[in-house]
Amino acid sequence: MATQINKQLGDNVFLTTLDAAASWGRANSLWPMPFATACCGIELMSTAASKHDLSRFGSEVMRFSPRQCDLMIVAGRVVMKMLPVLQRIWLQMPEPKWCISMGACACSGGVFDTYSVVQGIDRFMPVDVYVPGCPPRPEQLIKSILDLQAKIQSGGTVNAREFKLRVLPEGPSRFDEEELIRIRERNGFKLEDPKYDPVH
Amino acid sequence: MSNQPSTNKAVPGSTSQMESTKANLVAALPGIELTWSVFCDQDRVVFPAGSLLKVLKACKSAGFDQLTDLTAVDLLEYGNAADRFEIVYCLLNVDSGLRLIAKTHLSEPDLTIPSATQVWFGADWLEREVYDMYGIIFDGHPNFKRLLLPQEFQSFPLRKDYPVKGRGERHNFPVVTRAES
Repeated sequence: MATQINKQLGDNVFLTTLDAAASWGRANSLWPMPFATACCGIELMSTAASKHDLSRFGSEVMRFSPRQCDLMIVAGRVVMKMLPVLQRIWLQMPEPKWCISMGACACSGGVFDTYSVVQGIDRFMPVDVYVPGCPPRPEQLIKSILDLQAKIQSGGTVNAREFKLRVLPEGPSRFDEEELIRIRERNGFKLEDPKYDPVH
Repeated sequence: MSNQPSTNKAVPGSTSQMESTKANLVAALPGIELTWSVFCDQDRVVFPAGSLLKVLKACKSAGFDQLTDLTAVDLLEYGNAADRFEIVYCLLNVDSGLRLIAKTHLSEPDLTIPSATQVWFGADWLEREVYDMYGIIFDGHPNFKRLLLPQEFQSFPLRKDYPVKGRGERHNFPVVTRAES
């Protein structure tokens, strides 16, 4: 019986799991959302342009609507005025979705250790792949996308079960909410108290 | 100032053109204490904050028709400065190329001075930025609110007593985890 089927179908049929088939499709059709706020954005554009040609790896379809994307590439520093926008765009993207933190500023704040620059987006939203560099070369970004494809194919599930397990913040040093209270107390400063702002 | 094209653009500092402009300004502002100085070929005048609008209007009628910049300096712990804040008006006479830096001083608790928007409307965003960074209040501004920082921001970051890394504002956000996004 098996021999008969083999003879008739030959190499035209192969067996796999639904998870693996879905992950294979997702990994090779990543649509990036370019959240480019600084010089890393220039390298991101260069990666998509003809010389490095991101479309060789199946993720060239940059979309500026978060509803059409499944890969957030945060390229550049994120300031405190931009972070709520970033989080909102991230929440607007449909499942399944992934995030690449590109460059030193998005990963850790980089040299901008000042009052307004968020010290790593991973403190406030999930990140799958970090790309070091200031700014990273296009080859590094391509490598990060290849790594992300490997990650999707190795653990992806058809109904995105693996995301449900990630219930904790994933930054390298999780932010201690007590720290904020301690900073405020040390400075004798409360956000409710408009002591420094006579107008607002 | 005349409308004919100027053949010789003024070299800043101690030219006869600047001297006559200075004399005009002094004549137009009787009883107001003006302190003149020259530093790095830049003519500077310091005037009391109470006579701000009078001085600025006199400067404009003396030919300084463009406000190139308006900024402030926090002089906290700077030498033996008597006042804390210095407001700097950088003026330009577009016809002759003369430049004048007019400065005045303010101290806490009253950080209110009249807005320069009624003299040069270009002061609009510049004054909002100075308020954003130093907390100087410009009275009579048409749309007075923060320019760069979020409206709910509570501090003035370019003041010398504000820590470089802030007071925790950059950490004050909800965390979005992967499971809930």
